[in-house]
Amino acid sequence: MIEVNEKIAIEHGLKSDEYKKICDLLKRTPNITELGVFSAMWNEHCSYKSSRRHLKKLHTKGDQVIQGPGENAGVVDIEDDDAIVFKIESHNHPSFIEPYQGAATGVGGIMRDVFTMGARPIANLNSIHFGSPDHEKTRNLLRGVVKGIGGYGNCIGVPTIAGQTCFDESYNGNILVNAMTLGLVNKNKIFYSKAAGINKPVIYVGSKTGRDGIHGASMASAIFDDKIEEKKPTVQVGDPFTEKLLLEACLELMAGKSIISIQDMGAAGLTSSSIEMASKGDLGIEIDLTKVPCREENMTPYEIMLSESQERMLIVLEEGKENEAKKIFDKWNLDFAVIGKTTNSKNIELFFKNEKVAEIPIDFLAENAPMYDRKWIKAKLPKENKFSKDQFKSLKLSDCLKKVLIDPNIADKEWIWDQYDHTVMGDTIQKPGGNAGVVRVHGTNKAVAASVDSSATYCHAHPLTGGKQVVCESWRNMISVGAKPIAITNCLNFGNPEKEKNMGEFVECVEGITEASKYLNYPIVSGNVSFYNETKDKGIKPTPSIGGIGLLSNYKEMMTMELKNEDNYLLVIGKTEGHLDQSIFARNILSEFNGPPPEVNLFNEKQNGLSILNLKNKNLIETCHDVSLGGILTAVSKMSIKGNKGVKLFPIEGLVNKFEYFFGEDQGRYIIEIKPEHLENVEKILKKDSIHFDKLGIIGSNEIAYGSDLKISIDDIKEGYKKWLKEYMVN
Amino acid sequence: MKSSVIIFPGSNCDRDMDVALKKFGFENQMVWHNDAEIPKSDLIVLPGGFSYGDYLRCGSIAGKSRIIKSVIEFANSGGLVLGICNGFQILTETGLLPGILQQNKYLNFICKNVFVKIKDKENKYFKKIKKEVLELHIAHNEGNYFCSKDELKSIEDNGQIAITYCDHEGNEYEKNNPNGALKNIAGIFNKDKNILGMMPHPERMIDPFLSGEDGSLFFENLIESL
Repeated sequence: MIEVNEKIAIEHGLKSDEYKKICDLLKRTPNITELGVFSAMWNEHCSYKSSRRHLKKLHTKGDQVIQGPGENAGVVDIEDDDAIVFKIESHNHPSFIEPYQGAATGVGGIMRDVFTMGARPIANLNSIHFGSPDHEKTRNLLRGVVKGIGGYGNCIGVPTIAGQTCFDESYNGNILVNAMTLGLVNKNKIFYSKAAGINKPVIYVGSKTGRDGIHGASMASAIFDDKIEEKKPTVQVGDPFTEKLLLEACLELMAGKSIISIQDMGAAGLTSSSIEMASKGDLGIEIDLTKVPCREENMTPYEIMLSESQERMLIVLEEGKENEAKKIFDKWNLDFAVIGKTTNSKNIELFFKNEKVAEIPIDFLAENAPMYDRKWIKAKLPKENKFSKDQFKSLKLSDCLKKVLIDPNIADKEWIWDQYDHTVMGDTIQKPGGNAGVVRVHGTNKAVAASVDSSATYCHAHPLTGGKQVVCESWRNMISVGAKPIAITNCLNFGNPEKEKNMGEFVECVEGITEASKYLNYPIVSGNVSFYNETKDKGIKPTPSIGGIGLLSNYKEMMTMELKNEDNYLLVIGKTEGHLDQSIFARNILSEFNGPPPEVNLFNEKQNGLSILNLKNKNLIETCHDVSLGGILTAVSKMSIKGNKGVKLFPIEGLVNKFEYFFGEDQGRYIIEIKPEHLENVEKILKKDSIHFDKLGIIGSNEIAYGSDLKISIDDIKEGYKKWLKEYMVN
Repeated sequence: MKSSVIIFPGSNCDRDMDVALKKFGFENQMVWHNDAEIPKSDLIVLPGGFSYGDYLRCGSIAGKSRIIKSVIEFANSGGLVLGICNGFQILTETGLLPGILQQNKYLNFICKNVFVKIKDKENKYFKKIKKEVLELHIAHNEGNYFCSKDELKSIEDNGQIAITYCDHEGNEYEKNNPNGALKNIAGIFNKDKNILGMMPHPERMIDPFLSGEDGSLFFENLIESL
């Protein structure tokens, strides 16, 4: 057996003082299996040692919250005993090393988190970030990630209903793959991971354990260097077919009353799942590793405990229910083994071939895990740019519009979502490409909306504002489909927390997220943190991804974004100040990359959003789209392209110039389509509620026109917008 | 009218098909792949999905499963057997339908609406549908239909081509062929036209809030024709 020393501990990703703490706690040197267990539980990915202190501040409470952070996923009440279980999770590091398997197992892992709680997954979403399109790796990474996401989700038969794709050179060496799943459960039939009672059988079900993914969680907590290719063996390999069987078998078992607690084996596999169940139940656990079904020969206790083989679950059963449970797993051709029992020792005790190979008090692994108060620095709000008239002089609206519409972050992403089955389960009523994906709650009049958003550019320019903005954007997406925003899940992707600047970005983004979610009553119920997204000293832009969900009590009242009818009016709700700093226009047309992000005014955000829902409830809105990246003209173009109808824009009023007005990215705005007969009424309501609005234009013909300054046919703008990604992927 | 939907491990459109059949008046039952017999039925449906994880070849293991003997007997005695997507793949693997389904020409999974032209109305599946062109939905990675020249000739001579990919007016252009299928074939019959395999999913198009409603026409005809 390998003799453990500090050097080996450091190779396991532990710091010297952490190793010393382990020896002090145990009052002896750990053996290699125990060291492996400690390193898995104490790494950043599992212990949240840098982030825990700050995550405590998140706004996590609300009337509809059934379960907040701390479980496999969050749960919210959507009335009539129905509840939605949902969560977003990162799989960044593995996806960069091996895009197909990395992304596929990311999807598999998040779905397991959801059905572990008793919910049938009903929708998948994802947020993926890649390096610059010019970077040599981008194309292949994108292709592999999309295939991986599709390969897994399509096979399981859960629709992928929405997502987000961004390109930025800060991801050249660290792509982001964040996967989100929503599941539907009866609120009285939710399963938790907290074990209870002693001498209860501990059951292992699912795939066999292999040597894949050993140290995956430690890899996810490390920065990359030139040797990343050597890390390939730490990437797990997914088998969606087995997961589909596991899903059906678990739901079948859950229909009965034999499960006390259940936990999927995700990061750090058997180690974290067994310890988490025991820790939450304030119990001990005893496992005989000889009984774990193994795929390979001669696996050591160390390997069995640290394997991240996919599609496995750990269950604590009521005594005497083993046979009943086994029958179900036999039917689905899945492994089933009683591998241990709960104890009152409060220790984890591991046996192998009749010998005790490890014994660690569970407190040492969970509660005594290190927690750091890392140093951080506050970001200053950058100075605003003063754009001179000369900078706009030579610009033409039509050229600018065409250029903005083929910006990789704006251009149509059909190439991606055509590869995802987005219609299976027969309840997808809003497909990818809209404001949010919407699925019906099967067999009811209700529907759930969901989207994922991030705004790394804004967060990079000013983390506090960016954090607020991304929550608002998510909120707006819910409103835009007519849903009442309910709750969010967050995936916090950042660089190296040991650097003060990165840590500051994290702290301030969390602060911004908290402030906005509190104000909008849009609580956070689940999420994860991914640090060390850094290669050779170059970190990513701070990228919190926010997955939001909303509820439509009558799905027939859902709003969509394509223009509907000629002669209808378009209004912009919310004030346009013409903020160009950090906009697509500033970066793409003016080549200006500095300046503050648009200001977030939470009061206006809330009022404007609620006024949209109010008008919708009065049946006064035909179409709705929020104004985000690329500003008003981009939003109008997308609405025109989707509805195949043109718009005649009215002359703008006020002090802003036409470029600022049409491309500025001020927050809290929506474009709505109103029938002429409703116009007066709508204006009256908005004035009464003190909501700022502009009359933007009238629908007609097949071109977008603004006086003599702009005349461009739908076909003309559609061409570039629809083709950019397809052509990029073929070249 | 009684229908049976077979569930294989990895099937994932079984529930959607159950919902659709019941919506249009079938008395539907779900049948497990490991059962020996199929209850009395007027129609058997092999649903879409990834039976046995698509291992070996799509549909190949399902084609050897326990229940499939009864499906073959039922089909050979003239019973109506419908295979959608993976169900179509299974039917070719059992030999009940000629040809094979290869990986899509552009090597990607495709999920989108397509138009298909009804090529034959002298059969129970399309008899009373008044339209010539239907808008349906596809979602597959292996839908590229292929068969030998001799087989193609016999399929054409016997009028076994059921539906083909086309544009909204029924023109069967190559650009409307989403997966490279021979002759734009989206679905075929056996000689007696009691067995139909097709890639599009009519069960996903059964109300105006979904991708479209032409799937309803398919099921309405089916219940009326039986």
